[in-house]
Amino acid sequence: MSGYTAHFKVWRGDVKGGDLEDFKVDVNDGEVVLDIIHRLQATQAPDLAVRWNCKAGKCGSCSAEINGRPRLMCMTRMSVFTPEETITVTPLRAFPVVRDLVTDVGFNYQKAREVPAFVPPPELGPGEYRMMQEDVDRSQEFRKCIECFLCQDTCHVVRDHEENKPAFAGPRFLMRVAELDMHPLDAAEESGLDRKKTAQDEHGLGYCNITKCCTEVCPEGIKITDNALIPLKERAVDRKYDPLVWLGSKIRRRSS
Amino acid sequence: MSVVDRQEWDVVVVGAGGAGLRAAIEARERGARTAVICKSLFGKAHTVMAEGGIAASMGNANSHDNWQVHFRDTMRGGKFLNQWRMAELHAQEAPDRVWELETWGALFDRTKDGRISQRNFGGHEYPRLAHVGDRTGLELIRTLQQKIVSLQQEDKKETGDYESRLKVYQECTVTRVLKDGSRVSGVFAYDRETGRFFVLEAPSVVIATGGIGKSFKVTSNSWEYTGDGHALALLAGAPLLNMEFVQFHPTGMVWPPSVKGILVTESVRGDGGVLRNSEGERFMFDYVPDVFKEKYAESEEEGDRWYEDPDNNRRPPELLPRDEVARAINAEVKAGRGSPHGGVFLDVSTRMPAEVIRRRLPSMYHQFKELADVDITAEAMEVGPTCHYVMGGIAVDSDTAAARGVQGLFAAGEVAGGMHGSNRLGGNSLSDLLVFGRRAGWHAAEYATGLAADRPPVDEVQVDAAAAEALRPFSAEGVEPDTGPPENPYTLHQELQQAMNDLVGIIRREGEMEQALEKLAELRVRARRAGVEGHRQFNPGWHLALDLRNMLLVSECVARAALERTESRGGHTREDHPTMEREWRRVNLICRLTDPTGGLAATDPVRGQIDLTRETTDPIRADLLALFEKEELVKYLAEEELYE
Repeated sequence: MSGYTAHFKVWRGDVKGGDLEDFKVDVNDGEVVLDIIHRLQATQAPDLAVRWNCKAGKCGSCSAEINGRPRLMCMTRMSVFTPEETITVTPLRAFPVVRDLVTDVGFNYQKAREVPAFVPPPELGPGEYRMMQEDVDRSQEFRKCIECFLCQDTCHVVRDHEENKPAFAGPRFLMRVAELDMHPLDAAEESGLDRKKTAQDEHGLGYCNITKCCTEVCPEGIKITDNALIPLKERAVDRKYDPLVWLGSKIRRRSS
Repeated sequence: MSVVDRQEWDVVVVGAGGAGLRAAIEARERGARTAVICKSLFGKAHTVMAEGGIAASMGNANSHDNWQVHFRDTMRGGKFLNQWRMAELHAQEAPDRVWELETWGALFDRTKDGRISQRNFGGHEYPRLAHVGDRTGLELIRTLQQKIVSLQQEDKKETGDYESRLKVYQECTVTRVLKDGSRVSGVFAYDRETGRFFVLEAPSVVIATGGIGKSFKVTSNSWEYTGDGHALALLAGAPLLNMEFVQFHPTGMVWPPSVKGILVTESVRGDGGVLRNSEGERFMFDYVPDVFKEKYAESEEEGDRWYEDPDNNRRPPELLPRDEVARAINAEVKAGRGSPHGGVFLDVSTRMPAEVIRRRLPSMYHQFKELADVDITAEAMEVGPTCHYVMGGIAVDSDTAAARGVQGLFAAGEVAGGMHGSNRLGGNSLSDLLVFGRRAGWHAAEYATGLAADRPPVDEVQVDAAAAEALRPFSAEGVEPDTGPPENPYTLHQELQQAMNDLVGIIRREGEMEQALEKLAELRVRARRAGVEGHRQFNPGWHLALDLRNMLLVSECVARAALERTESRGGHTREDHPTMEREWRRVNLICRLTDPTGGLAATDPVRGQIDLTRETTDPIRADLLALFEKEELVKYLAEEELYE
């Protein structure tokens, strides 16, 4: 075991303001950043506020910015830093601070409510659903999302632009629209809901200019831009500019 | 004393994991105005960590499967101590609960003909677990979360307010169930973010808070698992059942130290992974107990053939119930045949092509790669037992999920006892959450509606007492100046975890458990002096100081019950009483608070806070017994039961 003493800077404060605080703290072999934050709590700063839960990269609670990069603290190993390096941990920048590393992520819950839910096909009862694996693969990729909101935090549309928040759902919830749109049995269209159109008109897809920042920070490795946003954009564009294609697809689907 | 914000609901659900959310959905759909209150953010509950799947005898992968077979497997897994009516309802209703999830948008992995795929798991006779790769819990929680949102969308349309009929209070902790006589009147809670206290008045409270693993040092459980619901029930006067049964999952990570205990899914073995010791031997063949001898392969060849041809071969012993596998690993390590970091080897790399591993076990691949620098497609994992689940819990009525003795109190999921007997089968937890979450929500709503205007009032004195109790850690110094200095809650927690791990862990001995009770008594006295710095706004030290009360209460239940049960069965292994005794099968151990009126006044270390009594279980219904061969029953049932 090769232990050493690391230099940490952790942002401490609340809605009124705050600053980086310096800590010297022990690091042991195999540890992750969240272990160090916990050690600070147990030994030096018992009231240091941090959100966490599973400590295994499955729940998406311990999101923060480590040396400026949005990451899960539980999945950031100390071995990626040199012992000499100062490690700076700050709260997610796109959301209002509550205290220390904890931010108010209510924006995301609000956006979640604005995406209409799965519409079950009226003609099928429970147990009657039949879907092929290759047809559910695409939506399943998006359902791997652990809602850590790192993509929401990093997306430049809202990161430093509070004013865009009302009109923009963010990558996570545009991906949710794509997920439902690609669900083989979602009956939204039959019920008069055009999900692709809402992505454009109601969830701000047009703000996205596919810089792939969201994909880069996704701890689940979901190809948000390539597999969710771009396909959604392509189809939204089809519909927006070519009503005949839209009408055609509608008729085809009905008669098949 | 305190001006505390109050709101009125019909049903309050404490906990937002699978059971809590399913209960809330049911209660709201039956017309009850329902509040859910949870310690974490909505959608982060411990259920997300469930990996393998949901057990339900849909018969998609093997058409021989049905509820009777599932019931049999569940009873065998629990060594016949299960509250059999729960096991029956669970087996019967699980398929409907899974299919229902599809109508709410869940996307399970599929069979070739487009139905829900089902995988093999320990103790299940047929492939039975509906799954999504190895992230089934996430799919479950997200589906329920999204169903709740969809109900809120409906309410918005109708009333203009998303939260008019169903509201989630996230990042809030309940510290007391309030009562009017023997009836529930509401809950007392604090908001973690602001530290503000509030009361939710409601005639029905569903406890769905999960387990107790954070009382142990090596655990797969998250910080939330501090036994809150168990303690809330005790404090409200409801008894706990069979708390000695704690499941140590056989395969947790053992290295590096900071991830020790994190779960390695049983699917690894279900899909073909094997356990080996340092000599390269598949040791599980040496550990098949007599009661399971006829059901498991005797040679590696037969075990390997079973994956392709299950009708003509028996399953490999790596797929024995979890208690058996955990004990075997423990014994191998003790005998000096362990891996370098004190576990054994779990290998899929020599059993499946790399690309199949990455597809079927993506989270495991990711977890080992990221956290341990181990590529599971190229080398074996090191694994060892980790505290995973508590079979014991709040004693409930099988059909209604009502807690005993307290009107209006219900419990579902891990916090409820009985369903799994002495040991839970993998996959039976997620189905348990859905089956009994729904039942709890249903009966909680029905009870609340039935009361009409006759609602129990909230007692102001109880609210003040609860507020004073919650504020105590801020004035720890000076409360009782003669008793000692304030204690660091983190230190107390670490000492508790170490004691439970070492003294009431996977293998138990009388002397050690007595020692544990002494240690718990000492910690209890010291915990009264747990002090915190800072203020009430999002203060983890304060939260932990309050959670300690619950962990100490529940740990005492575990230790007292474990000391009392002088046999080994399921998740309770006594080195000094190594065999399963048929006489003990009929015995339930019931824990109650010694002094329910005095709260936490009892600091007498000898007396303790928990009273333990024995109870005789209900005889198993004849038609359910008839599902088993007589030769099998004689291994479990006492003489008298067989003749009845």
